[in-house]
Amino acid sequence: MSGHESSYTPTNAFTRWLDTRLPIIRFAQDTAINFPTPKNLNYWYTFGGILAVCLAVQIITGIILAMHYEASVNGAFASVERIMRDVPYGWLLRYIHANGASMFFLAVYIHMFRGLYYGSYKAPREVLWILGCVIYLLMMATAFLGYMLPWGQMSFHGANVITGLFGAIPLIGESLQTWILGGPSIGNQTLQRFFSLHYLLPFMIAAVVILHIWALHVPGNNNPTGVEVQDVEKETVPFHPYYTVKDAFAIVIYFLMFALFVFYAPNVLGHADNYVEANPLVTPAHIVPEWYLLPFYAILRAITFDLGPIPAKLLGVIFMFAAIAVLFVLPWLDTSKVKSMRYRPVAKQFFFGFVATCMLLGWCGASVPTDPVIKALQGQPTLVVTYTENGSEVTSEYKGGGEAYEDAKSFMETLPADASPSLSAVPAPTFQFKHLSLILTFCYFGYFIILFFIGLTEKPKDVPESIHKSILKRHKASTATAIPAE
Amino acid sequence: MKSLRLLTAGLAGLIFTAAAHAAGGAEHPHPPEGGWPFDGPTGQFDQASLQRGYQVYKEICSSCHSMKLMSYRNLGEPGGPFYDPAYSNPNDNPFVKALAAENEILSPTPNDVGDYDYRPATPADRFRSPFANVQAARAANGGAAPPDLSVITKARHGGASYVYRLLTGYPHDDAFVEREVDGEMVNFVDMSKMGGHGGEAGEGFLKVSPGQYYNPYMAGDTTPNYDGDPRHPPKGGFLAMPPQLIEGRIEYTDGTAATVDQMAYDVAQFLAWAGEPKQEHRKSLGLAVMGYLLLLAVLLWFSYKQIWRKIEH
Amino acid sequence: MTDQTSLEHGGAVDEDRRNFIHIATGAAAFGGAAMFAWVAVDQWNPAADTKAASALDVDISKVPLGSEIRVLIGGKPFFIRHRTPAEIAAAEAVDIKTLRDPQTDDERLRPMQNGELNRAILITSGACTHLGCVPVGPAQGNTGEYGGWYCPCHGSEYDTSGRIRKGPAPLNLPVPNYTYVSDTVVNISL
Repeated sequence: MSGHESSYTPTNAFTRWLDTRLPIIRFAQDTAINFPTPKNLNYWYTFGGILAVCLAVQIITGIILAMHYEASVNGAFASVERIMRDVPYGWLLRYIHANGASMFFLAVYIHMFRGLYYGSYKAPREVLWILGCVIYLLMMATAFLGYMLPWGQMSFHGANVITGLFGAIPLIGESLQTWILGGPSIGNQTLQRFFSLHYLLPFMIAAVVILHIWALHVPGNNNPTGVEVQDVEKETVPFHPYYTVKDAFAIVIYFLMFALFVFYAPNVLGHADNYVEANPLVTPAHIVPEWYLLPFYAILRAITFDLGPIPAKLLGVIFMFAAIAVLFVLPWLDTSKVKSMRYRPVAKQFFFGFVATCMLLGWCGASVPTDPVIKALQGQPTLVVTYTENGSEVTSEYKGGGEAYEDAKSFMETLPADASPSLSAVPAPTFQFKHLSLILTFCYFGYFIILFFIGLTEKPKDVPESIHKSILKRHKASTATAIPAE
Repeated sequence: MKSLRLLTAGLAGLIFTAAAHAAGGAEHPHPPEGGWPFDGPTGQFDQASLQRGYQVYKEICSSCHSMKLMSYRNLGEPGGPFYDPAYSNPNDNPFVKALAAENEILSPTPNDVGDYDYRPATPADRFRSPFANVQAARAANGGAAPPDLSVITKARHGGASYVYRLLTGYPHDDAFVEREVDGEMVNFVDMSKMGGHGGEAGEGFLKVSPGQYYNPYMAGDTTPNYDGDPRHPPKGGFLAMPPQLIEGRIEYTDGTAATVDQMAYDVAQFLAWAGEPKQEHRKSLGLAVMGYLLLLAVLLWFSYKQIWRKIEH
Repeated sequence: MTDQTSLEHGGAVDEDRRNFIHIATGAAAFGGAAMFAWVAVDQWNPAADTKAASALDVDISKVPLGSEIRVLIGGKPFFIRHRTPAEIAAAEAVDIKTLRDPQTDDERLRPMQNGELNRAILITSGACTHLGCVPVGPAQGNTGEYGGWYCPCHGSEYDTSGRIRKGPAPLNLPVPNYTYVSDTVVNISL
């Protein structure tokens, strides 16, 4: 499973016997113990280990919760609350699982941005990157399915909105949607199939994770310099104990934050509406997905115009899926030969701009599209008096502060009784979230296009000849000037 | 060079706080003066207040609101209002048994001839529901079914503070005026007499439809009912529940004066407990887990330093 | 970062400290994993609502003379039998020395609130002590060779006091925890 030569030697008769039949010890030694790993990996590289633990935690707590959960529209909500109230430590397991999803996504986003920054998607690691994108897609599907299971208001109406997206597909959309739901609307049958899939997908994720690690071990780790390992002796250390202990330290620090959420703010990442049992007749005032899907939700809602024959709804869906699909072709969009952004001054600026874009998109996804982005910049609404004069409707507008209201009021009093005047406020035009979303959507896709052109024109800084030289240089610099290295 | 990085980090913080404050048009429910005793990592419920809160629920709220996720035994569980260390099994606690038996419930299992009898509840039974189903609840309450209160403090922004503010936030009697509109007498709330509630709306009258009650802490939109400046409609909305807490409506068994504020405080605390009866345990276990993780982190740090001490990296 | 020579100098001391820190770390990590494992194990224990459903008040005045009623408590069967004077006499007449699991009839009854035994009412578990089948009894019109219960699975015979008399079962039908709440109501709990 790994590209390097095996360094395992069986030590006794049994291991020699086993090694010629099922070389499982050799395999474990080569992949998890002796695997040569660059010396210069920083803490951003510990998120792979953190993610493995996150997946394990989700699978273990999930299997346990499934033992107590009841997948039926009449019993789901109560069974989740029974877990919270009656099952020994049920509250703990459920809060770990619910917050664990957020922790998993936070870690995967850091992991992905790390890959983007250090160019870990470039040759020879394209397949590694694509497998990672597959895992990310599966994670989103799993999270979406799982969010439906508590059968709260947000579960139900969120699922309604997302499955409704399939209805936007031309020709087959409606029948596809009916097939997915197993009926005209979300019902017991939908809940049961979503539960079954929610149980299945994590194991598919685990399988792709194995492929992901396999694809990592063929070329070996990338590293912050982006320069490939040239001298295994000088530039690498065995994975165990050097990186097992470093990863373990990072995992425990991550768990500290995780525990803070589980024990002291277990519901802060969720929505209050999800503690109201699903009611198909009442939609919550403000439907939003979980935070980790917000950027894509913002892109979906940003598209409010038709493009030729493509209606806005379908266009939004296309853009949303394109936002994920573009990640799959990224290895071929980036034309630069230099991997690490450390040595790419221009691309680096755009990278941080891209990170900011993603976060702002998340903010847009959480906000009401017609709300002003900056409240303070919005002017006074205009007062409009509507009344009838000679049988037709007439309006009169008043702008300004308190006087405008007084003026409008006194004007209304001068009108005859049969004019039936009414007063309303029209908000002043302002920069709204839907406008910001649209701009950010273009920024998002723009980043991938710009990467193509920057690679052709950018003049990179001096890339170190080797990992070893980079380490030596940094140490000299730090001892000479006593400035902490990057 | 670092400016964009700083900007990114700043944005993350900004978005987090912005998302936290994205609320609707209702008045923000502040906690009562002095805060809640169960706030914070070491906060605990005030057992006497929980007991009074149960009394308020039982004697006032429970005539319309169900608490379907609660059983009488919960009252005697560790951390509950009537927990007695002498009875580790709440089903044996005679006080809890007596509290349960005060309620006549329709037995969930049929008798020998297949009928469902009314019988006194046992600790294992769920709280008595005032209505058999949502249709009955709706029909008896002018079309609006009273929500179940089991997890109400988790299902509303502000939790216990929301319950407390809603119950005490109704306009006072002297804020109401009757006016004739199209030959009918209609109730209005004089917003200038709301005493700071209802946002910036100073002058102006709010029309209250029959069967509806204005409350500044209720989520909703008051614009269509407001005759003042439409740019500043009063915060809050309308609900079908009239003000319930009237001074002296109940007599506390422990002799506490049953003021509106006291009853709202007690019942809000009771509902906060009922929304998550295990929260005290959660918080105390949390301290132990955080301590353990901190210790493990320190040990791992030294272990890491030891292992890497000869490696230049 | 560290001076190579100074490390070699204090090598022995260093080795001790190193071992100690690794052992301490490993032990702490193992302890934490064990705690989590405990949570994962404990969640299989009966939940609070399951435990609460493990007691029942039964009205014994409705049991017909010479017959029985069967109740489920927490999913387990129990027999409540209203014995005739002849059945009581038969139960009391047995020489307990001849029994596989010696118990007098009085030992298998519980006092009422006034301290006296209610000999007419016998309450036992409804699971055969052999392999847990539910024996047939007066309810099915088959009381077996000894007038009590007969287990059709492997042929165990119980008498009118629920004691094992014949067949593979090793013990008498166990008497559950129960108390007389009033003269006509018993509270049976697991």
